[in-house]
Order: sequence, then structure tokens, then C-alpha cells
Amino acid sequence: MDINEYIASGILELYVAGALSEKENEEVHNMMLQYPEVHEEVLKIESSIVSLTAAASPSDSKQFFPSIKSKLHLQDETSKVIPIKRSRSSWITYSGWAAALIAGIALIYTVNELDNLKEEIQVVETNNDILEEQIEKANSDLAEVKNLVAILRDKNIITVPLQGQQINPEAYAKVYWNRKDDNIYLDAQGLPEPPRGKVYQVWSLKMSPLTPTSLGTLDDFSTDDNKIFRIANPNDSEAFGITLEPAGGSETPTMEQLFTIGVVAAAS
Amino acid sequence: MELNALVSKFQQKDGKAFESLYDMYSESMHGVIYNIVRDHDIAQEVMQDVFLKAWHNADSYSSKKGRFFTWLLNIARNAAIDKTRSKDFKNARKNLDSEFFVDILETEENYSRATDGIGIKSFVNKLAAKCTEIIDLLYFKGFTQKEASKTLKIPIGTIKTRNRNCINELRQMLGV
Repeated sequence: MDINEYIASGILELYVAGALSEKENEEVHNMMLQYPEVHEEVLKIESSIVSLTAAASPSDSKQFFPSIKSKLHLQDETSKVIPIKRSRSSWITYSGWAAALIAGIALIYTVNELDNLKEEIQVVETNNDILEEQIEKANSDLAEVKNLVAILRDKNIITVPLQGQQINPEAYAKVYWNRKDDNIYLDAQGLPEPPRGKVYQVWSLKMSPLTPTSLGTLDDFSTDDNKIFRIANPNDSEAFGITLEPAGGSETPTMEQLFTIGVVAAAS
Repeated sequence: MELNALVSKFQQKDGKAFESLYDMYSESMHGVIYNIVRDHDIAQEVMQDVFLKAWHNADSYSSKKGRFFTWLLNIARNAAIDKTRSKDFKNARKNLDSEFFVDILETEENYSRATDGIGIKSFVNKLAAKCTEIIDLLYFKGFTQKEASKTLKIPIGTIKTRNRNCINELRQMLGV
């Protein structure tokens, strides 16, 4: 992977913003461990955001710290034992003081306990919120995957592997073509991130004579998590190709920028 | 001390480490919170909530999930937004989409103690409106790319590159 391209993609800025998925966060984290220049870049982005956000602070926030600290030490011993004077030594005085003392201690204890419980409830509520978010995310991810599996298992699906070409032999893609509903599902996971101002364009090809028909551009390539795209294809395609084109796409494919191509095996 | 070491000490409930982290990030959180709630007292209340929450949930942070700053930022934004939805928040003026952080820099007089040296205010005024908008949504409000794309009515693919360019501009101004 080209590290400069990776840095220039803007993913690190979104990482600091907290706008990436859990999986992407882990990927960035691994990149940071692997490449010092990625780590360095993240630190710089973060430092600029720390300065910028701090500039919007309306007053000195250091002044709030003492009260936060004291809230965290709620359990500090606050009850003081009141000494009983020996001179008034009637048992009624003693028992009166003792009763008052016990009641006092019990009261302080109860108040403390109540505060602790309130604090605990808050902690549990926060944890609940976090868990709920995770469950929701997991559910929607699962639904998406189930949906995909159902599509790929359909018996009308034809699989067409697209091979990498000269420009990038490592690149690959796969087309799953449902001839019944005239849709293709393009798995473009194996394509590199397109450079700025460029976009991948998908073509349906007839072989003799070679006639390309555009199926459209992958405008949201960078932001699509699973990199699987559903594209309508009413054509009687004999092959599929993917080229890199200027943003907005081209009328005809730029053959020097042909990334992958694959022929439909047994057209039935 | 190195950030990682500081964070793990904090996770072991070390008060000193907590205070160091507070010193590093509290101004930023205060800025983000105030930008959302637009009220000094409420901002202070939310600040307390946020750092208490951070303390109690310190275990839930892991560097695999993102930067510590980002983790804190998330807690702060969520707490502030929750506050604006609560019953005791009765200020009709609050509209998250229409107020950008820039007007705090323009109207507040006392924001600038620590940051004045950098003169960030004059820099930010030089940022294009399209930059302050996107920075506000992504960093101050915690919008996703999708939400930002909807609000700003620009394609989702543009968000990432535009934001990168804007942050680059900011970095040049700050010399970072």
C-alpha cells in the first residue's frame, strides 16, 4: 500500500473526528503501529483539533477540576465522633448521647450510601447506552450481511472474476450477475483507493466488435464499507471491465487505465 | 510522560494521571460542549458529568478503538447533546445545525487565555466558510460522513477529501 496515498485519503482526519466504524478504527490503529509516518500524521491532526476546539472554550476550565475531584472522593470519612463528657454521669445522659450518636452515624451512612447508589446508577446507565449502541450497530451489520448472502446464493447468479491488468496486476474484482433481475453485484474490495479527482467506472462489454456500455461510476467507493455495489445491467454482457476515469466518468473507457477485466464464461 | 502510559495509569484510577489528562483536554471539551449548549452554567455541569463518566468508564477505553482524545470527545459531544434534549434545557435558541463554533470565536471575549498566543481566532476567520462548516459538523458535533453530506448537501465522497483539505489549511495556519 502506498502510505502517502493512504495519508492523503483523509481517513486519518475522520479517525480523529471519531467518524469511522469500529473496524476502520482498528485498521488505522494497526497502520499507526506499522508506519511511523501515519502515527506522526495522526498526532499532528489531533494537535490541530485540540487547539481549535480549545479556542472555543468560553472560560478557564481548570477551575472546574477541584469540584470534579471532590465528587470522586465521596467515600472520604466525614463522621467525627463527639467526645462525651464524663462529668454529667447520669445513665440517661449517656444513653441520650449514644442514641443521638448512633442516629447521626446512621444518617450520614445512609446519605453516603444513597450518593454512592446514585453514582452507580449513572455508571450503569452509561454502560447500557454504550451496549445498546453496539447491539444496534451489530444488528444492522448482520442484516446487511444476511441480505448479501441471500443475493449471492440465488441460483440465477453467474460469477465473473475480473483480473488485474498491466496498470495494477494486484487489483481484482468480482461480478455476481443475476440475469433474472438484470442486476450485477460488484465486489470491488480488491481495487486500490482511487486518487483524488478520479473515479472507477464500470463497463459492460460485447466482444466482437468490442462495444463498451457504461454501467456507471463508483462515486461512493471510498465511503462504502463492504465495497459491494449493486448496479443495474440490462445488457447482454459478454465481459465486464473497470477503468479509472476523471470524476464524473467518461463516454468511452480509457483503455490505458483499465484496472480489471473478466469474460462471462458460459452465457446461457 | 508518554500519553499511553498516562492513559493506562488513569485506567488504574491514578488521580495524578487523571489531572494531567484533564489539563491536556479539558479546554477542548469545554469548547465542544459550550458550542453545543451555549450556556456557561450548563456547560460547566456537562463538563463535570463528562469527566466523572470518563473516570468511571475508564476501563471501556482501548487504544484499538481510537485516540484517547477522540474517546473523550465522543463522551463530551454525547453528554452535551443529551443535555439539549433534556427537560430542563429550556432555551428555544438551540438549533444544532445552524450555529457554528466560529461565532463563539467572534463573540466571546474571554475564550483566549491559553490559546491567545496562537492567535487562533484570526486564523480561523481566514478559513473558508465551507471549511468551518465541515469542521464544525465532524469535530464539534460528531456528525458521521453521511449526516454531514446530507446537512451540507454535498456528495458523501466529497466530505472526506474536503475535510482533509480544510484540516491541512488549519494545520498550515497553526504550523502543525
